[in-house]
Amino acid sequence: MMPPTPTAAPVPRPTFQLDDHQVPFTPGQTVIQAALAAGIYIPHLCHHPDFAPHGSCKVCTCRINGRMATSCTFPAAEGLQVESEAPEVQALRRDLVQFLFTEGNHFCPSCEQSGDCKLQAVAYDLGLLTGHYNPLFPDRPVDASHSDVLLDTNRCILCELCVRASATMDGKSIFALSGRGITKHLVVNAESGRLGDTILAVTDKAMSVCPVGALIRKRQGFRVPIGQRTYDAAPIREIAVQGAATAPGTGGQTP
Amino acid sequence: MSNLEKAENPAGLRRVAIEPVSRVEGHGKVTLLLDEQNRVHQVRLHIVEFRGFERFIQGRPYWEVPVMVQRLCGICPVSHHLAAAKALDVVVGADRLTPTAVKIRRLMHYGQILQSHALHFYHLSSPDLLFGFDADPAVRNVVGVLQAQPDLARQGILLRKFGQEVIRMTAGKRVHGTGAIPGGVNKSLSLAERDELRAAMPDVLRWAASGVDLVADLHARNHLVYDRFGTVRSNLLSLVGRDGSLELYDGVLRARDADGAILVDGVEASDYTRLLRENVRSWSYMKFPYLQSLGPDDGWYKVGPLARIQNCDFISTPLAEAARQAFRDRAGGAIVHAPLAFHWARLIELLHAAEVIDGMLDDPDLLGSNLTTAGPRRTQGVGIIEAPRGTLIHHYVVDSQDLVTLCNLIVSTTHNNQAMNEAIRQVAREYFDGREITEGLLNHIEVAIRAYDPCLSCATHALGKMPLQVELYDAQGQLLDRKVRDGEHLG
Repeated sequence: MMPPTPTAAPVPRPTFQLDDHQVPFTPGQTVIQAALAAGIYIPHLCHHPDFAPHGSCKVCTCRINGRMATSCTFPAAEGLQVESEAPEVQALRRDLVQFLFTEGNHFCPSCEQSGDCKLQAVAYDLGLLTGHYNPLFPDRPVDASHSDVLLDTNRCILCELCVRASATMDGKSIFALSGRGITKHLVVNAESGRLGDTILAVTDKAMSVCPVGALIRKRQGFRVPIGQRTYDAAPIREIAVQGAATAPGTGGQTP
Repeated sequence: MSNLEKAENPAGLRRVAIEPVSRVEGHGKVTLLLDEQNRVHQVRLHIVEFRGFERFIQGRPYWEVPVMVQRLCGICPVSHHLAAAKALDVVVGADRLTPTAVKIRRLMHYGQILQSHALHFYHLSSPDLLFGFDADPAVRNVVGVLQAQPDLARQGILLRKFGQEVIRMTAGKRVHGTGAIPGGVNKSLSLAERDELRAAMPDVLRWAASGVDLVADLHARNHLVYDRFGTVRSNLLSLVGRDGSLELYDGVLRARDADGAILVDGVEASDYTRLLRENVRSWSYMKFPYLQSLGPDDGWYKVGPLARIQNCDFISTPLAEAARQAFRDRAGGAIVHAPLAFHWARLIELLHAAEVIDGMLDDPDLLGSNLTTAGPRRTQGVGIIEAPRGTLIHHYVVDSQDLVTLCNLIVSTTHNNQAMNEAIRQVAREYFDGREITEGLLNHIEVAIRAYDPCLSCATHALGKMPLQVELYDAQGQLLDRKVRDGEHLG
């Protein structure tokens, strides 16, 4: 896709090299922000234009000036050499996404988020056919205590988008991560530990940012027929840059 | 003669444990026990099918269930999809679905009946019937049918394709779609889709009618075998319409005895636990359901096409009704119990499904946009549907947080468990010819089992090879011979 036409840029913008493209950027942008704005997709999960760079999922890793680095936290700079589509980089991303499938319980065939799920879409983009590694099948809870919201931590990938949305945009700080390493998990801000005892509302921003099917509205599953789901129309590689290029930072859930 | 289910003196017999094969389409295993004169003492069809679904649906949100539970099967997932949706309609208080929702679901279901019946007859069973049970296995398969009778094979393939297209248009995918949701459906037909189906109808109706003629002719020419092979008398169970018609999507339960007298009638889905009980035997994962009023010894029954077309009073579509009357008249009005008559009954239903679809396509409700409804929540629901293979029961209990706490599934193959066991005992009595297990014996057993269209035959879709294991023991329990056939798995 061609970069958008500059509106008023008498002075040429600085650029960096991203695979075969010269990508213009505005100082202060990260590599992924500049790439997406230029219509070039870099796979990512925890990155969201409405939130500060986070760098936790590592799926946006690129080789930048010869070293692996997360493009969502790496400031764009003149003359950077960024490799995103190199086979070694893609293989690394594939491993990371396979780990996510392996560590959780992701059963796309019966998941209501199938077709709308960013994890699934990224997996397709990376050419994943299986989880490859032996699944851990962790025993994770389903919290259905909230009248309108289901929290299925089987599908949580610990991206902290709900944590960030609830803290910075909803002003409620309902979610947090607890534990370390493989035991790290999502917790909610209630003495009982139950979502139903928090002040979460179904209209909260936190409800619209989950990239998987962990935090979902109840009783809505499968209401959108196959063919009309987000990634039925086009792969994430196309949809993500449409969203970022046309309406960066406008809020709402990016695909 | 012993009933062959359990040898009178099994002491010393060694039980060989077979690892259950975890494919939910199922694998079959047949064991035979012989005495020193090589007489048959015990015959068992073991279906090593592990019904984990009832457990792992517990704790899941109810709206996920119709999509999840259809993964039980790759051949008739629509049946599970719709049975679950019907049960959950009750839970969400959708007592009367919108006209569009009911009709889209019925269309989906009759498309499913049509494609599954076509698959079973043309792809799986016709090689036995056209070439003979003892024919060379190299010929006795669907490729052989394609070579010997290309038009017939083509009709079978295209009939199935049509049914799958109906499913795709109503459920979003040909296999494992999402069309039915608790309280309704998520899509209706577009005008283009409706017209595409309509354009195909003349061929579909013609092929379906010629299929009935073919089977009727096979019966007429081979009646000595067809009327006798593996025959076991039993009760019959199916849904019927409230007017007594053949009804596959929604109705009331009716049971007849082996002579055709009605035992119970008008039983609502929600009362199934009063009608049926399930018996457990140590040697099979599959339960043995029975009519509780008759008890486990006498209360077992057949389900599926043969039960349905003899349980109903009439069929609502003219061509299928004429075929039903011809079927009935040939037996002089007596109830037919021969397993091979399943094929005839199945093709009468295939024709009925084609006629039902044809009759629906002009209905503007299929194009409607009022898709769902809801009412007061309930804690449980039962959905019963006539799947291609027979009566399918789904029962769910849902808690106040929307999670499923109990799931009970009684699938068609389970209902036919005793009848299939009895059928292969009959076949073994008649055809078993000594210690050596011949390919012919293997296939005779298969033919009897396959007539019931059990779910385990799903796995034979490719080349007519049912994954089947036959073990031969002597009276001391020593394994004399074992033959294993591995089928292909349908994902």
